[in-house]
Amino acid sequence: MSANSTAGTPAAGVSISLAELRENQPRFQGFVGGHRACVGCGQALAARLVTEAAGPDVAVANATGCLEVFSTAWPDSAWRVPWLHSLFENAGAIASGMEAAFKARGQSTKVLAFAGDGGTFDIGFQSLSGMIERNHNVLYVCYDNEAYMNTGVQRSSSTPHAAATTTSPAGRDRLGKRHMKKDILQIVAAHHMPYAATASVAYPSDLRKKVRRAMEIEGSTFLLVHSPCPLGWRHDGAKSIEVARLAVTTGLVPIIELERGALTGSMPIREQRPVIEYLRAQGRFQHLFADTAEAREELEHIQALADYNIERYGLRGSGNDARDTEGADTVRRGGVRWA
Amino acid sequence: MRQALEGSQAIARAVALCRPNVVSAYPITPQTHIVENIAKLVADGELKCEYVSVESEHSAASVALGAAAAGARAYTASASQGILLMCEVLYDIAGLRIPMVLTCANRAVSAPLSIWNDHQDSMAVRDAGWIQLFCADNQEAVDTTIQAFRIAQDTDLPVMVCVDGFTLTHTLEPIDLPTQQQVDGFLPPFVFARALDPRKPLSVGTLATPEWFTEARHSHHGAVLAATDAIVAADRDWQQVSGRGCGGLLQVDGPADARIGILCMGSVVGTLQDARDAMPELPSARIIRLRSFRPFPAQALREACAGLDQVVVLERALSPGAMGIVGAEVRAALYGVAGAPRVQSVAAGLGGRDMPLTLYAQLIALAQAPATTDFAILDVELDKLPAADRYPEAAVAVSSGDRS
Repeated sequence: MSANSTAGTPAAGVSISLAELRENQPRFQGFVGGHRACVGCGQALAARLVTEAAGPDVAVANATGCLEVFSTAWPDSAWRVPWLHSLFENAGAIASGMEAAFKARGQSTKVLAFAGDGGTFDIGFQSLSGMIERNHNVLYVCYDNEAYMNTGVQRSSSTPHAAATTTSPAGRDRLGKRHMKKDILQIVAAHHMPYAATASVAYPSDLRKKVRRAMEIEGSTFLLVHSPCPLGWRHDGAKSIEVARLAVTTGLVPIIELERGALTGSMPIREQRPVIEYLRAQGRFQHLFADTAEAREELEHIQALADYNIERYGLRGSGNDARDTEGADTVRRGGVRWA
Repeated sequence: MRQALEGSQAIARAVALCRPNVVSAYPITPQTHIVENIAKLVADGELKCEYVSVESEHSAASVALGAAAAGARAYTASASQGILLMCEVLYDIAGLRIPMVLTCANRAVSAPLSIWNDHQDSMAVRDAGWIQLFCADNQEAVDTTIQAFRIAQDTDLPVMVCVDGFTLTHTLEPIDLPTQQQVDGFLPPFVFARALDPRKPLSVGTLATPEWFTEARHSHHGAVLAATDAIVAADRDWQQVSGRGCGGLLQVDGPADARIGILCMGSVVGTLQDARDAMPELPSARIIRLRSFRPFPAQALREACAGLDQVVVLERALSPGAMGIVGAEVRAALYGVAGAPRVQSVAAGLGGRDMPLTLYAQLIALAQAPATTDFAILDVELDKLPAADRYPEAAVAVSSGDRS
């Protein structure tokens, strides 16, 4: 913490300097503990995994949202990489400017843009589209928790169909959000994207591999990370990974890679789980278990959406799930250069 | 060597002489020629920089913000609706204390739609915390642009160079473009101590709780106030390099014993000076041109008004339901000053309405009138309006007696 004031100098009463600590730490950590995320926050976990895999030669452009708010409150900061927060809807443009500056100055630093689904699917969509259309060398990571969580759980265009939020509540006349979740990955891929992929905090090694893959590409890349929000999804904070894994194994969140729009990778589902297992685990879908014809119809509808994803991306597969420890030894290390 | 250049072309060449690293560009009339000219300089290899054609003014300002935060000398330009779309980014740039330069090709703000010149756009963002400098002519636009980059890096503040749309941007004037050597001698390479750097990671743009927000505003306010020194110093140093000054904070012109003062901003100063010369039968007014609107040079203004009985503030924007914006600020600056002149405030030249030489006579008549005009729009043609809107000038110009 207090990265603003103490980097490189020994803290009072501590005999080792932060610089020495950084040299000696086993792996690079760009985002450290002490922040104020909720228990079980998927976004905090994902941000740690992404920065760890991306390594130290990065600079982060962060949209307004939970991640920005819980990771910094002056004079503290959980970031150990250069980090810039500007506004809600301009992460793509800020990142573009940072990248242009590094390019103009002959600096190799890779720019990462971090935003939630509100800052990506909705209000920040224009600046994201501009950034990827111009093919800035930026890895844009959307931490998708499927609603405006920072303002208290309002629906976004990423909120899944039938989920209840404070602006799409369930009631006598409504069964949660009436509209479909926007297929942002395909929209992004339609920008002739070199690489656009989905990932989930339930599969950290897959997430790390995708980050490393994206880091090696010179140009715009996009990673959509499904990140549970216990507060907004209304599940126990200890169940975040379980819930996130069910989102994948039901087929509701396909884990895929698109290169120039073509499907080049997918995480196979060995044993498809029924969507009700995923839905039942979360308070935001509880209204779908009422004993009404409408609720039953919605459940069937959501199952159909999952089945469609599995058919569309050919997700039915055999063999073992990817091992979570795979690739863990290849995360980037700290070192003298970054002290 | 002087050469005939369109204002926008001259500004673009001045920007190029300042060796920007990143230029973000989005078209809007009457600013477009500036970014077009810069694009051509880049295409012709005369300017080496990252030229980023963005998808909106919001992103134009954001790209410049990100670039400057990452250590680049950054520039963009806009006008009118573009400035308003940028509004939250402009506040953010200033609050983050990001040094950069933006040219505002001053234009009216919708509705009704008008592409023509007034100052409502830059007035709409006067509280964003930027330095705002208004230019009298295209030579000054060139010189002020160069000075602006120096002021920005001396103060860690963004600078908005305001030039009258069309009147300056689209007008050919003989311009003395400085040499690269002159500019390099005046403007050191851009170094930003707080630049984003993986070797020395900073968190920029953090949340500020109520324990810290007030202090951040206090520091920012103090920095803008103190920028008067940097503005004066940059103008003085540039005068040594080029032989031309722009008046520092404000320019005073006219006889020392003048009793009537006219205060204005921007290119209308030339019209007023010509009119004064052309109408020797009228009293010769002291013409005070505010060059720096932010920081507001209250002390310099008080000195400039010394000896005057009357000041008429002529401005090209207003705060509907209140009064002229510059007028209110001039009144505030002179309030309580012993022997301060009577201040009257008028708006004219809105949405590109021509401001002819006869304007000078109108302003003199106002100064000589016994009744005080707190505020009026000077050049309304009431016969064009429906009856309900033909409120008499007297109702607008609230008469509050002679305060002098």
